[in-house]
Amino acid sequence: MIPYCKYQQGIHTEIYHPNNIKPISVFSDIISTVEFNHTGELLATGDKGGRVVIFQREQESKNQPHRRGEYNVYSTFQSHEPEFDYLKSLEIEEKINKIRWLPQQNAAYFLLSTNDKTVKLWKVSERDKRPEGYNLKDEDGRLRDPSMITMLRVPVLRPMDLMVEATPRRVFANAHTYHINSISVNSDYETYMSADDLRINLWNFEITNQSFNIVDIKPANMEELTEVITAAEFHPHHCNTFVYSSSKGTIRLCDMRASALCDRHSKFFEEPEDPSNRSFFSEIISSISDVKFSHSGRYIMTRDYLTIKVWDLNMENRPIETYQVHDYLRSKLCSLYENDCIFDKFECVWNGSDSVIMTGSYNNFFRMFDRNTKRDVTLEASRENSKPRAILKPRKVCVGGKRRKDEISVDSLDFSKKILHTAWHPSENIIAVAATNNLYIFQDKVN
Amino acid sequence: MGEEEGLHQTQLLDTMFVRGLKRKCFDGEEDIEGTLAGFKAIPSYNLQRQSLLDMSLVKLQLCHMLVEPNLCRSVLIANTVRQIQEEMTQDGTWQMINTQSAGQTSLDRLVSTDILCRSSKEQAEGKLVPVYSTFTKDCEGTSQDNSEIMSTVTSPQVPKNLQSNMWEMENPQENRGSFQKSLDQIFETLENKSPNTVEDLFSEVDNSYYDLDTVLTGMMSNTKMGHCDLETFPSQTSTNSNSNCKSDLNELDHIVEILVES
Repeated sequence: MIPYCKYQQGIHTEIYHPNNIKPISVFSDIISTVEFNHTGELLATGDKGGRVVIFQREQESKNQPHRRGEYNVYSTFQSHEPEFDYLKSLEIEEKINKIRWLPQQNAAYFLLSTNDKTVKLWKVSERDKRPEGYNLKDEDGRLRDPSMITMLRVPVLRPMDLMVEATPRRVFANAHTYHINSISVNSDYETYMSADDLRINLWNFEITNQSFNIVDIKPANMEELTEVITAAEFHPHHCNTFVYSSSKGTIRLCDMRASALCDRHSKFFEEPEDPSNRSFFSEIISSISDVKFSHSGRYIMTRDYLTIKVWDLNMENRPIETYQVHDYLRSKLCSLYENDCIFDKFECVWNGSDSVIMTGSYNNFFRMFDRNTKRDVTLEASRENSKPRAILKPRKVCVGGKRRKDEISVDSLDFSKKILHTAWHPSENIIAVAATNNLYIFQDKVN
Repeated sequence: MGEEEGLHQTQLLDTMFVRGLKRKCFDGEEDIEGTLAGFKAIPSYNLQRQSLLDMSLVKLQLCHMLVEPNLCRSVLIANTVRQIQEEMTQDGTWQMINTQSAGQTSLDRLVSTDILCRSSKEQAEGKLVPVYSTFTKDCEGTSQDNSEIMSTVTSPQVPKNLQSNMWEMENPQENRGSFQKSLDQIFETLENKSPNTVEDLFSEVDNSYYDLDTVLTGMMSNTKMGHCDLETFPSQTSTNSNSNCKSDLNELDHIVEILVES
């Protein structure tokens, strides 16, 4: 077994903000996205209520070595509010679908957050000094009577308690008719893309009132619509290349140098269907819920309902690796179709070295697959079964008749407890797992 | 002989469910049990397929009206519906269901639907189960109508019409209207197409289009379609009285008056 998760810190529905003593309810809503920044110092979460909570990793301290690397709340802000589209008489949910960090270029942090319709660029910055000694106003901010001023002084900066403030710097709105499912920052750090069910738009960070449409799969006659875009991502190094996945289990790689509208793909990845497994649910379970480039840029990983597939960019006709996430659900597809679980969109992530991949499942289980050793493990993110600094015990689902003591049978799985969103630190073995409205952070035990 | 039938059953059930289900049915004793299972399996595949079709149509209808429906989910369900209908057209069960007499009570089908959707106990919390249990309850009294409902006479064109009105969320107010129209079409397809039986004339004229139970129990006759859209109806139904809904209503009243007086 992979002895990865040896230390656990649970961040549950209450957390102590570093600047106050009173606990604040951080996760009163379901977490809808989790993302580390490029250094792993910050971890951002978005929730169904439109809020973003950013955690920061504590600096290493010799005084408290066991507290190395704990994540604490750094900033909380309301990113999106619920809106009402008067034209269509429909509500626009404030749920944060995705957060993507920009690489850090100065002291401030920048991230993109999006709901179904609007992308926003947020600046998160620290303020730990404040100017004192103004001439025209006193320390409370009240204006002084000019006739009382007898001398001039230069304001000086004095230290103050750390304050983290988030300000919206750009709002990219009104560019998507359908629901945004993905955003991806380009490696040029000047542009990013946003993808909805039928279109993908390219934005420049500086320009909010226009975007370029680079993919459009909307048919002229909507009656002919049979396929939608499910996820999209830029290549990590080649700023002209991106991929997008579809509800039919296909991935298209596009090159923006080829034409302005990338409706014709450069590469088309699809695995031929296994005729022996064909059923009425085949298409639904082949729908790709997430696509991620490896850090190397050489591979892409796709998640469909039952499997994770790793593709080599140089081979389009089939994946190089396929991992079964929860194949015991294959016989339950009709029930999962009835209760809509079959439409759950699970995400998948690479570790920093692209050697391990991770995804979520039901019953608060999540799975890790080591690509080199071909070993896999099932772990559970729950309060009852994990105590701080306890080693996580591997879990097992029993499919046959005889259930061993620690195993759980398929019929006992709780399908309301699903882990859709996970994140892996860019360089270390630290993972963040969102289980409904609880966030769990696990990491390797040091020495 | 049990083995040959077992093979046939395998082919049928494999196309719909996976190995797990097949093994449950056919592994183990094969002889008499296998034969019995064989007799049950052949009609039950059609029933299962039918119930999947009905479930899918219900899913398409039960969209949250406040928030825009999830397009990916709707597309996948619509594709499933189309797939089922294509297969039903290919193996001729489409016609078979059409000409099926009212002899076979639909209660059997309703029961098997219930079993199908509750294959494992924990699925009881699935939100469609209440719908089906209501379905079963309401339909107990009216077996005649139910057999006609269950024979969903949908032409392959219907999914297109479903889609055209489901996807088009772009245009303003008329989308709400067209969404309602598409719902009407869905109900239209679920109900009886040949209202010549006496029962239909006497069935309640119920205007609650969005009352799912009412629809599925066939309490609507197809002469009540108040919001018809001539252009989007499939050609099969254009010959019906839908082109002149109001006059049909008057006609119905007239007929009822005559019958009552006599």
